[in-house]
Order: sequence, then C-alpha cells, then structure tokens
Amino acid sequence: MMSGFAAFLANPARFMAVSRWLAPVLGLVAALLLGAGLWMAMGVPDDYQQGSTIRILFIHVPAATTGMFVYASLGVASFIGLVFRHALADAAAKAAAPLGAAFTALALVTGSLWGRPMWGAWWVWDARLTSMLVLFLLYLGYMALHAALDDEAKAARAAAILALVGSVNLPIIYFSVYWWNSLHQGDTIISGKLAPAYGAPLLFMWGGYMALFGALWLVRIRAEVWRRRAGARAMARALA
Amino acid sequence: MSPLEALFRRELALAWGRGGGPLFACAFYIGLATLLPLAEGPSPQKLAAVATGAAFAALALSSLLSLERLFERDFEDGALDLLSLGRPGLELVSAAKCAAQWLANGAPLAVLAPVVAIALGAPASSAGLTFATALAAGVGFAFTGGIGAALALGAKRGGVLVAAIVLPLFCPPVVFGAGAVSALVLGLDWRTGLLLLCAYSLTAAALAPFAMAAACRNALE
Repeated sequence: MMSGFAAFLANPARFMAVSRWLAPVLGLVAALLLGAGLWMAMGVPDDYQQGSTIRILFIHVPAATTGMFVYASLGVASFIGLVFRHALADAAAKAAAPLGAAFTALALVTGSLWGRPMWGAWWVWDARLTSMLVLFLLYLGYMALHAALDDEAKAARAAAILALVGSVNLPIIYFSVYWWNSLHQGDTIISGKLAPAYGAPLLFMWGGYMALFGALWLVRIRAEVWRRRAGARAMARALA
Repeated sequence: MSPLEALFRRELALAWGRGGGPLFACAFYIGLATLLPLAEGPSPQKLAAVATGAAFAALALSSLLSLERLFERDFEDGALDLLSLGRPGLELVSAAKCAAQWLANGAPLAVLAPVVAIALGAPASSAGLTFATALAAGVGFAFTGGIGAALALGAKRGGVLVAAIVLPLFCPPVVFGAGAVSALVLGLDWRTGLLLLCAYSLTAAALAPFAMAAACRNALE
C-alpha cells in the first residue's frame, strides 16, 4: 500500500494537488499531538531517580528517533532518484536533509541539557551521543556536497550516492561506536521497562514529531518544485 | 603488461614522484603529533594516557591530505575521460587508484605511526600492532576516502569538501584500530579489534569502487 501511494504521488502534478491539502492537515495533526503530548508530559509524576528532568525525555527521545528516521527517508528517496532518475525524488532527498539535521541537533542539545544535572557534564563521550553526532556530521556532509556542485542534476546524483554510502555505513558506525563504549543508559522502551505513566505522552510526542516531519517535508518539497519552475520560467524568458 | 598493471604503476609513480609524494602527509603527521604535547603540556603520564589514540586520530587526518588529487588531476586534464572508455571499467580503475594511494601514502604513514605513538609515550611492545593496524586502517582510509574524492569532482573548494564528507566514514577504522592497540596495552583481547578493522577495510575495498565509478560517471557526464 505504501509503495502504491508513493507511485501515485510520483506524478508531480498529482503530488502538488495532494500535498496542497495534506501538508496543512499533517501540520494540524502535529500541533494537536504535540500539544496533547506536552500537556500530558507536564502532568506525569517525577521519576524516582531523575526527578523532573524526566520531562526532557519527551522532547529528546522522539527527536532522536525522528532524526534517524529522516536519514532512512533520505536514503530511500536518494535510491529512487538515482535508479529511476526521478526529479521529485531528488527534490524529496534535498528537502529532507536539513530537517533531519535539525531533529538530530535538537536531540543533541536536549541530551546535553539533560546530561548536565544527571551526569554532571554537558557532554559525555558515550556511544549514543557520539553516534548521533556522527549522524549529524553525515547530514552536514550531504548538505555541503549538494551545495558545492553548481549543476543541479549532478549535485542531486552525487549527493544521492553519498546518502547511499552513508546508509550502508550508518549501521557500521553505530556498531563500532557501541563496541567502543556504552555509558548511556540502556534501552528501556522496547524492553518494556518504561513506567506506564510515561508511555502515553511519549507515544503522543512520537506521533507529533512524525507528523511534523511529514508536514515540513511536504512544504519543503513543494517549495523546491516551485523554485525549479520559477528557474525554468526565468530561463525561458531570458532566452525568448 | 596488462592495462591495470600499467595504470597502477602510473598512479604509484605520480603519487611517489610528483611534488614531494608522501613527504607532505608524513610532515603533516609529525606536525600534528608535535602540536599535542605543545597543547597538553610535556607531562609523560598525561601524554602516555592518550598516546595510541592521538597517534591514530592524527593518522586519520594525515590520510586526508592527498585524497583531493586522487581523481581531480585526471578529471581536469581529460585523462579520466580516456580511462572511462577503457576496457577495465571505472570500477577497476578507481580500485587501482586507491590501492596505489594506499601503497604510496598509507604505507609510509603506517611506518611512522608506531614512531609517533612511542614518541608520545606508548609502550614499545605495542609498536608491531600499531604498525599492523595502521596499515590495515590505511586500506579503509584510501577506499572510503576515494569515495569522497570522486564525489567532490567539479566542486568548488574540493579539499575541504572531501574532509567534510569523509571524516564520518573514518570513525569505524579509528575505533577498531585504536581500540585494538589500547586493548593490547591494557592486556585485554586485541584480536577482535584487529579482525573488525580488517573486515571494515576489506568491505570498503570491495564496495567503494562501485560508488567511486558511479560518482566519476556523474561528474564526467
């Protein structure tokens, strides 16, 4: 169903028609979910160890997972752009990178703010922090490469190759960094050790972040399409 | 002499002979190693604690130096166009280039690595493993670095761009290589790190040529 939807949207005219109402709808969903999630997050009881700093978790954890999810989206869009030479996929990849970098940066900053009272240091070189930092660097490299090449089509393809190289490398980097050191607390969510009171607001925040990414992504892809059309029109006028 | 062998010899001759060859990378490596005690202070205990790690981090940085010229020179004078038409294909051409890069730059740096590490205070017993890991990591540096060099073709300010692209990919070999040497120093099992390092470097040597060839074709189009 997902691939059918993607194929349906691959037509640029259809994409523009659908994203015109889908983007604001997703934005509204994001606002509602984030609002509800934050409201619930303020109401949860303090953690017996972490005190009220537990509330940073609701901003931090979804930001980190969204930052990783965006890289997966970037990889898929790059693959489609590279293999099928699809212009919309190129636009989608280009539009995703700064969003992913922003979510990753948010995770790093909130992690640092949480680390100060909890670990007594603004930054700790532990596995998860370091691998998130490397993810952030991968985003920066992608954006730098895209910006450094003048030819749009060439820049898109070179950046797509880099995104695929990064997707192959990301699991290895994660593994290597974990092998290196782990001081960050282990996973509590999938293993079911998270207190039930914290689960619901976290789920809301999660949905909110994903909807926010969807909305912003669509807006950015639309902007990219408009930018190209404006460029093509200016070129046509200059040649006329 | 097969075309690939001829190409490999040409690359080696260019990397050794032109403009100082590996001398630049080696001088840069020694320079970096000198800055550390100047910044940290001459206390032997302090330096010994970070010696192997600092030697490896500086090795990764020094491996970046000559990457920019790996494809750029042939791209500018049109030789890459000719190479792309030849029978071996750009995949094998880039593999040969990276192998020559490793032999001409990676190997001299690997010889220097134990010297730098010991000068900073690492125990002399770690010299052999430091050389071996630096040599193995050099394969990974050359091949993943080649991807960055090929992608940056035709870009403004290629050198800085290559560094920005490639440094995240240098993390695993640095972790495994330096990890193996510090494990040896601490009397722990160092084989795991060395094996993982070799696995990473061999995987890079097997897969990176396809990415490099795709990047070169994109730049040549």
